Amino acid sequence: MSRKEWPLWEVFIRGQHGLNHRHVGSLHASDAEMAIHHARDVYTRRKEGVSIWVVKSNDITASSPSEKGPLFDPAESKAYRHPTFFDIPDEVGHM
Amino acid sequence: MEKAATGAILNPVEDRFVSDDALAPAFFEWLCRMGDSALVLGHRVSEWCGHAPALEEDIAMANTALDLIGHTQMWLGLAGEVEDKGRDADALAYLRDALQFRNLLLCELPNGDMGVTIMRQFLFDARHYALLMRLTGSVSPRVAEIAAKAVKEASYHLERSSDLVVRLGDGTDESQRRMQAALGQLWPYVDEMFVADAVDEAVAKAGIAPDPSDLKAEWEETVRSVLAEAMLDMPGPAGFAQTGGVIGRHTEHLGYILAEMQFLQRAYPGARW
Amino acid sequence: MYAQMVKSEGMKSRDEMTPEEQAFQDRVDRGEKIEPKEWMPEGYRKTLIRQIGQHAHSEIVGQLPEGNWITRAPTLERKAILLAKVQDEAGHGLYLYSAAETLGVSRDELTEKLHSGAMKYSSIFNYPTLTWADMGAVGWLVDGAAIMNQVPLQRTSYGPYSRAMIRICKEESFHQRQGYAIMMKMAEGTPAQKEMAQDALNRFWYPSLMMFGPSDAESVHSAQSIAWKIKINTNDELRQKFVDQTVPQAEYLGLSIPDDNLRWNEEKGGYDFSEPNWSEFFEVIKGNGPCNRERMNARVKAWDDGAWFREGLYAHAEKAAHRRAAATTAAE
Repeated sequence: MSRKEWPLWEVFIRGQHGLNHRHVGSLHASDAEMAIHHARDVYTRRKEGVSIWVVKSNDITASSPSEKGPLFDPAESKAYRHPTFFDIPDEVGHM
Repeated sequence: MEKAATGAILNPVEDRFVSDDALAPAFFEWLCRMGDSALVLGHRVSEWCGHAPALEEDIAMANTALDLIGHTQMWLGLAGEVEDKGRDADALAYLRDALQFRNLLLCELPNGDMGVTIMRQFLFDARHYALLMRLTGSVSPRVAEIAAKAVKEASYHLERSSDLVVRLGDGTDESQRRMQAALGQLWPYVDEMFVADAVDEAVAKAGIAPDPSDLKAEWEETVRSVLAEAMLDMPGPAGFAQTGGVIGRHTEHLGYILAEMQFLQRAYPGARW
Repeated sequence: MYAQMVKSEGMKSRDEMTPEEQAFQDRVDRGEKIEPKEWMPEGYRKTLIRQIGQHAHSEIVGQLPEGNWITRAPTLERKAILLAKVQDEAGHGLYLYSAAETLGVSRDELTEKLHSGAMKYSSIFNYPTLTWADMGAVGWLVDGAAIMNQVPLQRTSYGPYSRAMIRICKEESFHQRQGYAIMMKMAEGTPAQKEMAQDALNRFWYPSLMMFGPSDAESVHSAQSIAWKIKINTNDELRQKFVDQTVPQAEYLGLSIPDDNLRWNEEKGGYDFSEPNWSEFFEVIKGNGPCNRERMNARVKAWDDGAWFREGLYAHAEKAAHRRAAATTAAE
């Protein structure tokens, strides 16, 4: 890789109904301001949000799964996860 | 789908200007100017789809193009009503030839590299935003209504294009060189945005739209500050301004755009798609 | 599918697995999602990178055949819809690259592998779009086939991949319908339009069947991917489902499927149909399809021509950061 890649950002969006910002996905951008612009263009194409946060993926500190216990214990919640946002709409899979 | 529906105005507000026979010829011309510039620039920007330098940029440019196509549907839709000869926005977009097209020359210039595309967008957006802001106060309720919707999008276009001009102007040596070259190449086409003719005078007199020359100071202010921040040199007055688009005298490029854009409607007259 | 012939690992029996692998398999079997930083078998990670990467590449290359017609769309509304759809495909590529990136590979690395031919994309996008009816056929058949694969993949075991698929399926709900709507207009239109519609179906039928990949009933690679829930159905299951769904839709349009052997089989409750020409499929995958070179040249050109743009923005961000740092130091 001879050239430098735009860093990766995580995008959080607050929808119209006053809920918390939620993680919606990631994107590449040269800096924070560009990341906000890109997030607007990429993740609000269907009017999904009224407020956007972006944070460099590298700056996220995640809890990490320990070597053994939790990994083998199904009751233990997973250590690092992105929330799932959308209910699967009824029409998926149908015409 | 959502975007596509923006052209439809379901319950048009009362507007006596739409049925003003004396005003109709000038009003129609002026609406075609608004609609055709949006159409032709939207068409150009849409050519980037699938070919942009980064996925994020590909998506962003498609948004701009979609907004402009939406504006086209509204302006040309209203133009058809004012003309009152049964032509809708599609008939106007697809069945007029170059001589009847009223877009600014700036909008039909080829995309070139991203520098030319971004700079063209910026020079257009700075004027588009200033114009639409004033049109929100138009005495014609229909014009004001379209402008109110369009200006929100144009405001974002201007924010985005200004920002990119600054970043690329003050980026690498190569990006600066390309942006300065783009500016030089496009500069002869900017004056056309501020020239007023009888059509402009008629709609200005009626209180529908500002005189284009009134927009120049605001435009210059925007352009000057953005170029300064971008560390680009603002060219002096163009020695010879390229004009004629708004009266149907175009560059060679428009014919090719229309040949491509109108192909299906021309090859299969009367077919429904 | 968008991920055809993804090379996987040989299937391991439970006895051959290490304790970690057994525990991992148990989690997958229980329907738990595997998340980026958790332990996973190296084969699982590699197969996912190949599959998600190929899927992402397919979305991006898939912009091109439809992108062809954005500037020729016959009405303003059709133009907007098509542009929005092709834009969605860029978005889907972006979501999928992001999912792949959680596995420790960068988007630029994946892009370079696409350009060098080390990674593939779906064979379907190497076929040309010749008339406006192809916009209908691509939406109806190609997106229809893709959705058939993507809906079950929403349940895939890898969390980021599953979430990307959920978002994609939600957004794609309109794609197939817009294609079918174009076909309906064409099929009820002038004789010339109807001819275009039939021709588009004729050309896209077998390439669409190829999208599911060759029969994998015997494949150990598929078996491993299915055990890992990276693959949910076999290629043949999905192909059968696609044919069964599509035949009545073609009948409604008054168009005929270009297959003399097509007939309802009461016993199996599905249609019997002809296999596509698999040697053609392998040639297309190898790079010898009608548009392979054009597609790849277009992608490489976009990437190369855009280098100065990406670098310009990168350089500006660095300069601005330095200036901010200098200003902070000066203020202290």
